[in-house]
Amino acid sequence: MTTTPENPTDSFDLEGEFARSNVQAVLDKLDRELIGLRPVKQRIREIAALLLVDKARRSMGLETGAPTLHMSFTGNPGTGKTTVALRMAEILKNLGYVRQGHLVSVTRDDLVGQYIGHTAPKTREVIKKAMGGVLFIDEAYYLYKPENERDYGQEAIEILLQVMENQRDDLVVILAGYANRMEVFFQSNPGFRSRIAHHLDFPDYSDVELFEIAKIMVDAQHYVLTPEAVKVLKEYIPRRMKMPHFANARSMRNAIDRAKLRQANRLFGRKDRTNLTRKDLTTIEAEDLLASRVFQ
Amino acid sequence: MHENPRNMTQGQFSFLPPLTDDQIKLQMAYAIKQGWALSVEYTDDPHPRNTYWEMWCQPMFDTKDPAAVMTEVTECRKVYGNMYIRVNAFDNSRWRESVAMSFIVNRPKYEPGLALSRTEGPGRTIQYRVHSYATDKPKGERYK
Ligand SMILES: Nc1ncnc2c1ncn2[C@@H]1O[C@H](COP(=O)(O)OP(=O)(O)O)[C@@H](O)[C@H]1O
Ligand SMILES: [Mg+2]
Repeated sequence: MTTTPENPTDSFDLEGEFARSNVQAVLDKLDRELIGLRPVKQRIREIAALLLVDKARRSMGLETGAPTLHMSFTGNPGTGKTTVALRMAEILKNLGYVRQGHLVSVTRDDLVGQYIGHTAPKTREVIKKAMGGVLFIDEAYYLYKPENERDYGQEAIEILLQVMENQRDDLVVILAGYANRMEVFFQSNPGFRSRIAHHLDFPDYSDVELFEIAKIMVDAQHYVLTPEAVKVLKEYIPRRMKMPHFANARSMRNAIDRAKLRQANRLFGRKDRTNLTRKDLTTIEAEDLLASRVFQ
Repeated sequence: MHENPRNMTQGQFSFLPPLTDDQIKLQMAYAIKQGWALSVEYTDDPHPRNTYWEMWCQPMFDTKDPAAVMTEVTECRKVYGNMYIRVNAFDNSRWRESVAMSFIVNRPKYEPGLALSRTEGPGRTIQYRVHSYATDKPKGERYK
């Protein structure tokens, strides 16, 4: 993948290469499907540009070195880290930096074993599955437990560091989690920091953005909010944001799931159940949202 | 007439010069594309009827990329670099459920080959016996 052609050329069609890579289509999809996230989208565009220019340089026999593509995604729950990682895998595949473009998402439990000798094979299995694609390690800091010096997580860390260094052509690793805990993790594991080239920070969404996100979700699932329901949703969001366990876009998804449940229940409780219309089945009413504990 | 090489011939490609790692990966990629599960096995008993070799690792049912399988081959070579190592591709689809590909990816540096001996039986019938010189020594001491 990162070989130098035998006959370096002296002109490179950056435009053509960009068009061929289909990266614009993925970037457009990212813009369309993900609300907000301006700084993240900007960074992704920059990374894509860097990789494309690297490719151009290589075709002219210029020194590039194998690019390090490992990344860290920091941000609160539900800010879109997993979703963006999926897109990132697609972009890297389109640019030819990973061969398959799949994403394997894991947490500590998938990597670390319960007894001596259990961890290394477990970690290697996961790495094998992710090869040719992206390995996404959610809440990566749980791998490191400083209070227990014989914690098996250390073994997983060492294997990961080795693979991140020696098999950069075979696998891209993305570490994700809360920003502050990730920072502590990097301080105690400088090996990770030095192997990670791109740090992307995912900001919390504003209430306006959360409303847009909720609208996209409702739309995608073929539901419609009545004007009253829209009003209620706009009241719901700032209240939900102040409550415990608020998880940005994920809280929106959960709210919609519960509204769907109440809608189904409402339809089921109707006296005349023999003549449901398409409109009945797709409409979410104000009452489906008002029943939420947020309004109690 | 064609003369059998002294090198053990089993599975695919074994009359060809040894495959390079890149060629091995291309074969693996083909197998993965077919949806077959790859496995790595080794032995120090090259007898043609020695069907079941030692498993190096679990068969890989959900690897997407040849690099993963190549990692296992590389690890296996580190430990059993002077033995036979092969890669199998298992097709688990209904009614086939058998090995679809099998090829050698590593050989001992020196292969003494096989001896053929004849025994005369009743009525002057001849029984043939194939015997690998290497297995005269106990396991672990062959191919030193
Ligand atoms: N900017 C966004 N626009 C639309 N939907 C989003 C956005 N961010 C997240 N989501 C949705 O919210 C849910 C949680 O996102 P996820 O990527 O799992 O967050 P994280 O991994 O940061 O916890 C997913 O269903 C995702 O599709
Ligand atoms: Mg997530």
